[in-house]
Amino acid sequence: MFLLADVQSMYVSVHQIFEPSLNQVPVVVLSNNDGCVVALCAKSKSIGIRRGDPLFKIKDLVRIHTVTVLSSQYALYADLSARLMRCLSTFSPDVEVYSIDEAFLGLEGFTAYDLTAYGRCIKDTVKQNTGLPINIGIAPTKTLAKIANRLAKKEPANAGVLYLATKAEQEEALKKVAVEDVWGIGRQYAQKLQNAGITTAYQLSCQPVEWARKHLGGIVGMRLVQELRGISCIQLELFPSIKQSIASTKSFGKPIRDFWELSEAVATYTTRAAEKLRQQQSCVNVITVFIHTSPFADGQNYYANSASFTLPTASDDTGELIHYANCILRRIFQSGHSFKKAGVIFTNLVQRDRVQTNLFETRDRVRSKKAMDALDAINTKLGSGKVSFAAAGIEKPWKMKAAYQSPRYTTRWDELMTASI
Amino acid sequence: MRVVECYELAKELTCLQIPLFYHSVVAGFPSPASDYVEKKLDINELIIKNPDYTFFVRVRGQSMNKAGLLDDDILVVDKSVLPAEGRLVVVYVNGENTVKRIHYVGDRVHLVPESEQSEFKTLIIDPFNDTFEIFGVVIASMRKY
Repeated sequence: MFLLADVQSMYVSVHQIFEPSLNQVPVVVLSNNDGCVVALCAKSKSIGIRRGDPLFKIKDLVRIHTVTVLSSQYALYADLSARLMRCLSTFSPDVEVYSIDEAFLGLEGFTAYDLTAYGRCIKDTVKQNTGLPINIGIAPTKTLAKIANRLAKKEPANAGVLYLATKAEQEEALKKVAVEDVWGIGRQYAQKLQNAGITTAYQLSCQPVEWARKHLGGIVGMRLVQELRGISCIQLELFPSIKQSIASTKSFGKPIRDFWELSEAVATYTTRAAEKLRQQQSCVNVITVFIHTSPFADGQNYYANSASFTLPTASDDTGELIHYANCILRRIFQSGHSFKKAGVIFTNLVQRDRVQTNLFETRDRVRSKKAMDALDAINTKLGSGKVSFAAAGIEKPWKMKAAYQSPRYTTRWDELMTASI
Repeated sequence: MRVVECYELAKELTCLQIPLFYHSVVAGFPSPASDYVEKKLDINELIIKNPDYTFFVRVRGQSMNKAGLLDDDILVVDKSVLPAEGRLVVVYVNGENTVKRIHYVGDRVHLVPESEQSEFKTLIIDPFNDTFEIFGVVIASMRKY
């Protein structure tokens, strides 16, 4: 038995914990660089704003309806998410953290429990202890739990908790859900299914398993249909899987024309990617760097380029990786452009203890590991970026702009929530 | 959205160091104190019972100085503690965050100040006209001198 808990409009809900006045007005939260809407509350949705709308497009709606606009404050979301997950873990020994605001709980062995009541207890406790409003779906498979969660949210009669206990209840639920809203059905498959006359999740669940294997991507499609029928094929992932590629890419707050500034940005992204690399004990074989100008700016030729480099020996040393990234950048840079975005991508990763060394190797790998360990230890203890490579720049004028930032209420002493007494 | 990372709350602070040996053992006479070594005192352990549900709030003003809450104090607030009768609570009332002692009188909530100054008055919540939400219960206040 699986329980799926997810936070209602997480980013907005987090801000509302510390600023309850936001409960009364329409709110939107913007993506990196205040680019587009990444979260919104029901009020904002009702006046026509949609997730993904760029800020400039909704400026009029914002003005007319006095919508509160907030920049993302990831330090805050990460902290609240950790609290949520720890609170959920008090309700079951098996918790899979699925995303920043969603988790699956394994309810194996909870046979003596009234699961709807338990779900309600979890919802109320999470709201009391963390301030976050969640919705809960409970069902015999993960895919059905997702469906239950969706209906728990959408049908007010459920009051945020729905348990699909019997086959009859599951089938009734499947009839209410469109096929494109099923977990694992993307836009392309949804189109294919609609063309074949399959529009509801229920109709999909009635398809023969062989048909699913043939038309929905082999064994994955088969499992999906089985899961809709109540046969559990997808287990809880209790251990995070090792990433096969790592990317660090971001748009700039203001465009960059100068090569040195651009190389600072690339060095910074390389540093970040290398940190993630070391965190999962991997080394990288292939580095790719890309840069491009704004695709929307008129009066400018669009310029985009990228190049990759295969390392002689897989590495996780930030200094070495910055050097290679810089070499690549030199090759693809062209003066006369205003660059809007750059990125560094690591592919062809290998576990650190499986690296094939090179006969002609000149780097001292042992010394490099000591240096990286020390670097990571200092940055973990004293704060990210405390010690960094000079190539990544000090001022960083190209850093993300965030004009509507909220305080980091839970991670900075000088940004605490205040009360007047 | 995928989890990028989760941060642990002040892990080092809750990690208590228990000395294994009082001092390095030289061949010969061991310290008579070694059987009595205790773990170091830790402020976190004294104040915070549920780090996952604990938040900090800075206060400004004079309405609770008789209760020991002074201007610029940092309050330790535990959201999992129930706002029982007589507890100090951080609340959001009519557009503002404030801290008062909560009393339940009949079927009404009373938010009561405790101040040397007489200008502060009890607020009786009107469920039809006031917006009222409890943020959490104050379990400690911190002040540096």
